[in-house]
Amino acid sequence: MLDTQTLPVDKEIDARGSFCPGPLMELIRGMKTLPIGGTLAVLSSDPGSLKDIPAWIAKAGHELLATEPHELYTRFVARKTR
Amino acid sequence: MKERMSIVLFSGTVDKLLAASILATGAAAMDMEVDLFLTTWGIEAFRKGAYKTNTRVSRDYEEYGSVMRELMAAKKAPSWWENLQGAKEIGDVHIAACSMTLELFGLTLNDLEPVVDEVTGVATFMERARNSKVTLFI
Repeated sequence: MLDTQTLPVDKEIDARGSFCPGPLMELIRGMKTLPIGGTLAVLSSDPGSLKDIPAWIAKAGHELLATEPHELYTRFVARKTR
Repeated sequence: MKERMSIVLFSGTVDKLLAASILATGAAAMDMEVDLFLTTWGIEAFRKGAYKTNTRVSRDYEEYGSVMRELMAAKKAPSWWENLQGAKEIGDVHIAACSMTLELFGLTLNDLEPVVDEVTGVATFMERARNSKVTLFI
């Protein structure tokens, strides 16, 4: 099973099993707690996140560092830029 | 000025409330202002404490109501009420109650959950809706 987490981050949130828009909400809440420049990873098993999370990061003006596919979930890594 | 979504919330069944609450969350997340105008059965859904006991689903799908409830509980899907709290937490969600319905049902703002911001008429809603990018009737 692919379970290697590649990019190290300041904070990691496991939102697997959480329903749309749960993982996105966790990401938004998590971003609020980070200082500018901080990095955050969110694990999501919601297929909607594949589009929703990058769309939110782009809209909010942050930086998507990685989208790491795993067997049953995806790990999204973002940096807070403002 | 932020873009805006205006929803007329006419329904008071949990299936439609769930759809409205998720759309409100998405709009709030995408940096839009959200206007909810509660009228008719939408007012019923926001009466004090009603969200705790309301299990109604749309008549057309009545037979699926209990299955939907069980699935949501088993998969820990957030209720429409929880989604709405989340939308308010991350964004600007404004909730107005229709004065005509309140009068018809003999209610005041005090009879509704504190999440409801004010009582307005349809003209006030229209004034907001005319400048909205997204308008929905649910």
